[in-house]
Amino acid sequence: MSTTIASPRSPYSAPRNRGVNWEKWGWIYMRASGVVLIILIFGHLFVNLVLGEGVKGIDFAFVAGKWANPFWQVWDLLMLWLAFIHGGNGMRTIVNDYATRPLTRKILLAAILVSVVVEIALGTVIIFAFDPCPVGSPADLLPSFCPVNQ
Amino acid sequence: MPENSAGTMTPRRPAGTLYRGREGMWSWVLHRITGVAIFFFLLVHVLDSSMVAVAPGAYNAVIDTYKNPIMGLGEIALVGAIVFHAFNGIRIILIDLWSKGAKFQRVMFYVVIGLWVVTMAGFIPRQIMVILSEVAH
Repeated sequence: MSTTIASPRSPYSAPRNRGVNWEKWGWIYMRASGVVLIILIFGHLFVNLVLGEGVKGIDFAFVAGKWANPFWQVWDLLMLWLAFIHGGNGMRTIVNDYATRPLTRKILLAAILVSVVVEIALGTVIIFAFDPCPVGSPADLLPSFCPVNQ
Repeated sequence: MPENSAGTMTPRRPAGTLYRGREGMWSWVLHRITGVAIFFFLLVHVLDSSMVAVAPGAYNAVIDTYKNPIMGLGEIALVGAIVFHAFNGIRIILIDLWSKGAKFQRVMFYVVIGLWVVTMAGFIPRQIMVILSEVAH
């Protein structure tokens, strides 16, 4: 049985993984989402902390008023998804750097994944499914467009 | 300084590195610390916002905990962390994608610090006005 030995001068090529290069797409995602998040979060902070009465002006009626507008629903939805995937991927990078025991690393990565999925799901449902005018609530806590305030 | 077997001097720090010592390293450290802090705030922030689905009074009760002078200072720290992470993130993108990015990474670090100071100089007085109106309330 003979073995084929490559010519010593043949150029070396590292074996390539043929699948999707997830680390590359993660790298691209961090930069692309980061740029969009700067616009979304700076806008969010300006509207909620700087304009009007600042954080003092935030209450149920304020939030219900914002989410009555599809513009702010989409704004907050994008912020939620982009930020949690960006933050989750960043936390994954940090865990990979510092968790030395394989089991510790697995547990921490699973905890990050679960918290990101739960928070995205919870936030998405709340933005679109919450009731801005719940029956039986004190009228002075509700936004002005609710029937009880008409 | 130690000499190796070839008789050449071993430099204290490898030349041409961006991430060991000085501005390159400290911006990286700050980017990690601010990123982790923002992540943990986001975990809490979605939960407190979710109270809108429980009851208007429940949401107002939890958001009222953000409206006191100590949390007012906490909001300054949060905004400071976000603004640094944002501006240094642009610096990282420029290092990676701009042909002269690595050459100017140190200058860009001080630009980040400068823009951070300007942004915080705009936000802090506004936030102090809000805090004082909370105290007077």
